Amino acid sequence: MTAYLLSLTIWVPIAFGVLVLALGRGGNAQLGRLLALVGSLAGFAVAVPLYSGFNAGTSAMQFVELTPWIPAFNINYHLGVDGISVLFVLLNSFVTVLVVWAGWEVIKDKTAQYMAAFLIMSGLINGVFAAVDAMLFYVFFEAMLIPMYLIIGVWGGPNRVYAALKFFLYTLLGSLLMLVALLYLYRVSGGSFELARYYQVPLSMTAQVLLFIAFFLAFAVKVPMWPVHTWLPDAHVEAPTGGSVVLAAITLKIGAYGFLRFILPIVPDASHYLAGFVITLSLIAVVYIGLVALVQTDMKKLIAYSSIAHMGFVTLGFFIFSPLGMEGGLVQMLSHGFVSAAMFLCVGVMYDRMHSRMIADYGGVVNVMPKFAAFFMLFAMANAGLPATSGFVGEFMVILAAVKFNFWIALAAATTLITGAAYTLWMYKRVIFGDISNPQVSEMSDLSRREFWLLAVVALCVLGMGLYPAPFTEVMHTSVRDLLEHAAKSKLL
Amino acid sequence: MNFAVPNLYAVAPEIFLLGAVLAILVVDLFLSDGRRHVSYWLTQAALAGAFLVTLGTSEYKSVHTFSNMVVDDQLADLLKLCCYLSVSLVLFYSRDYLSDRGLFRGEFFVLALFGLLGMMFMISANNLLILYLGLEVMSLAMYAMIALRRDSRPAVEAAMKYFVLGALASGLLLYGMSMIYGATGSLDLNKIAYAIFARQANGMVLVFGLVFLVSGIAFKLGAVPYHMWVPDVYQGAPTAVTLFIGSAPKIAAFAFVIRLLVFGLQPVVGEWHMMLVILAVLSMVIGNLTAIAQTNLKRMLAYSTIANMGFMLLGVLAGNPQGYSAALFYTVAYVLATLASFGMILLLSRQGFEAEELDDLKGLNDRSPWYAFVMLLVMFSLAGIPPTIGFYAKLQVISAVVNIGYIWLAVVAVVASLIGAFYYLRVIKLMYFDRAADQAPILARGDSRVLLSLNGLALLGLGILPGGLMYVCTRALEMSF
Repeated sequence: MTAYLLSLTIWVPIAFGVLVLALGRGGNAQLGRLLALVGSLAGFAVAVPLYSGFNAGTSAMQFVELTPWIPAFNINYHLGVDGISVLFVLLNSFVTVLVVWAGWEVIKDKTAQYMAAFLIMSGLINGVFAAVDAMLFYVFFEAMLIPMYLIIGVWGGPNRVYAALKFFLYTLLGSLLMLVALLYLYRVSGGSFELARYYQVPLSMTAQVLLFIAFFLAFAVKVPMWPVHTWLPDAHVEAPTGGSVVLAAITLKIGAYGFLRFILPIVPDASHYLAGFVITLSLIAVVYIGLVALVQTDMKKLIAYSSIAHMGFVTLGFFIFSPLGMEGGLVQMLSHGFVSAAMFLCVGVMYDRMHSRMIADYGGVVNVMPKFAAFFMLFAMANAGLPATSGFVGEFMVILAAVKFNFWIALAAATTLITGAAYTLWMYKRVIFGDISNPQVSEMSDLSRREFWLLAVVALCVLGMGLYPAPFTEVMHTSVRDLLEHAAKSKLL
Repeated sequence: MNFAVPNLYAVAPEIFLLGAVLAILVVDLFLSDGRRHVSYWLTQAALAGAFLVTLGTSEYKSVHTFSNMVVDDQLADLLKLCCYLSVSLVLFYSRDYLSDRGLFRGEFFVLALFGLLGMMFMISANNLLILYLGLEVMSLAMYAMIALRRDSRPAVEAAMKYFVLGALASGLLLYGMSMIYGATGSLDLNKIAYAIFARQANGMVLVFGLVFLVSGIAFKLGAVPYHMWVPDVYQGAPTAVTLFIGSAPKIAAFAFVIRLLVFGLQPVVGEWHMMLVILAVLSMVIGNLTAIAQTNLKRMLAYSTIANMGFMLLGVLAGNPQGYSAALFYTVAYVLATLASFGMILLLSRQGFEAEELDDLKGLNDRSPWYAFVMLLVMFSLAGIPPTIGFYAKLQVISAVVNIGYIWLAVVAVVASLIGAFYYLRVIKLMYFDRAADQAPILARGDSRVLLSLNGLALLGLGILPGGLMYVCTRALEMSF
């Protein structure tokens, strides 16, 4: 049973997605929803044993599956998870349940297609995190774009066509260059797409820098790092709530995950050589994008920019090359997965009632939605990095690591504690507090039971991770140390 | 005089098909208009029969016959089988379209089969003259098919254009062939290769001849800068004929390239290699860029063809067996996607309405989620996005150029496919994101619906498990050398 767990986490959601498409058409929307819920829960259920059965004492790949897939190219269906990727498979399966739940009553048009798109995408994303064969990774990495393109384009806001196209082409540009890089590695490694083999291939500095650029473009677009971030605000704003949640909580993580899986171990020398470059871009994201977030008038855009700033922390943590920084980056990724999902869900709750994302249209929401205001407060605090929430842990670890590395970098990074609080809480103040200026606000009803439990579950995760992060950090500990050791070894010819 | 009977076994498929065409030609004379379906089914039967004969007479080793003018090898068998399948699908898809427009006549079937016969000669040729003969048989049939709708101005114009430019290209080819003959003293591909290899050929004349040959080939493939005819012919011809031109002849063109450049002129690979690089780069970039500006779906697909032929050439120019099998895989994947794309236009067309504008696809997801999904697969396959077969096709050709050290060419190729993704995505946008302007139900025969669905699913199925087809392609080429 455990031998096929990873395959199950990939194919169970996909199979349910196809089932939903087949059975949930037309008048059977309710059946489609139920099937989607069952599918997402089943997907989560098969992901849980990955964590409970995980051996944190080794950095080797676990739950490995290896079957030849395309013999002509020596491409294998090779799956496995280590302490880094197992958490993301879990996070993704969890978020899929949230998304199905969140779209329950809200999506009335083509419900079955909506649910199916998310389920299929969930399976593909699990594939991205579980693939140990570079070409298999690439196939999942690209195939994932298809459902997301449709989600933004079909169920998105007024400017959805532009946003969907921009999202697709931006990500495709990066990933196509990565394809060339992979083919080059295939050639120099003597005909293999095994990642483990790429880690051993010696490469000249020129080759490493060129490979770095190709991989960096692919993953920096996904993260997204300044200055290739411009697709994200558009995509986030136009996507339906579920799409924004998955984009922020999961797909951004794939970019950062790519740094750990590809860039650091395959081109370690170039990574060290160009670390200053990446750190600079990260700091620009943290400081400048944080300021940009401050002046947004659209809530979703504000959260999108705050995501970019938070992800800047992640890449900063990675390129300090210390265990604390890297673990901090990983914790920040997981925490951001929960917090950004929660923030988008909150905006979604308000949007469903008012059909507006503009801060100016709200004010005094606390008077009519007290329960909602309480939840939103918690998530806003977590987004600002308040201690005892998950947002604090990762940022604190990264800043601590940065202080040891270079004081001024740490200082610049630490400004996020101020700007983050400023933009989040200022938005919160304008939306929730004050008098009701817009008569439509007074007609808003408080959380329904579905929404209440949805937010309550996320709130538990945010608080739990903030108070006791050890279950997460312990799992990744050995893998992170091993990765850093590997990245410290020169691979020059 | 010693007169040996040639080995007819090796050309059994050609003999069978020729007999069948002549029989259909005669039978059709005695049929009333209401009973044309008899000749239609006879045609399908002839294709099925040819399929069986080819399979039955297939041998592992290469067999030469007719004084070494014709060769029957694994490559030929594979390509012929693909041709039968695609012509058969063309007929299935276009049946309704043809009868709605008064084209459901014996001439169409007979011309299609004669065209197929020409392709089979091209595929099996081992001699410059046979190559040329096959090409002309195929082209003449196609000129006539385009003009079959003689009251349609665009169709006649397209036929004229194709004919004049086609004749020019044939002239170039013949001129090139005569120079090759002058330089090497033979029309036999093996002897030409040997003569060049043994340095018995006049290099100057040879290279001049080669330039003309490559130009002729580029014209037939529709590679830039010899592509001008492609959009006009694709758009002007009745869609059923466009489907025919866009599918099986591409397989034959691939055979033409391989027979001529690889079997005959491999020793001068250094000379034709650079020419193909230029053709490939221009085709990929200009084809994809120009496709963006199109509003007519057939015209857009024509430019997409140009770009795709550029990608196919990437495999050929690698100049090694890995590259050739990549090009073969690419051709098969491309033909499969083309069949489905034009099949979809035929499916959406009806009496007095050609669904050939891009806007005609608007809101297809509301009208029929299934066919929208099939078309989605086709578009992603053409764009080369996994998990469709088109991705592995692109992967292989790009891998082939990376392996010969042409990283820059690989980068050009991926940038070109990024540009291409833009207009393929626009088609998906029309189908999924826009509201339907046209709510007419989709009326089509059951068989073409089922086959079109299978065709679309094959793009996905072969994308998830591409290993088998790759193996077949590699093996067919290996065993033919």
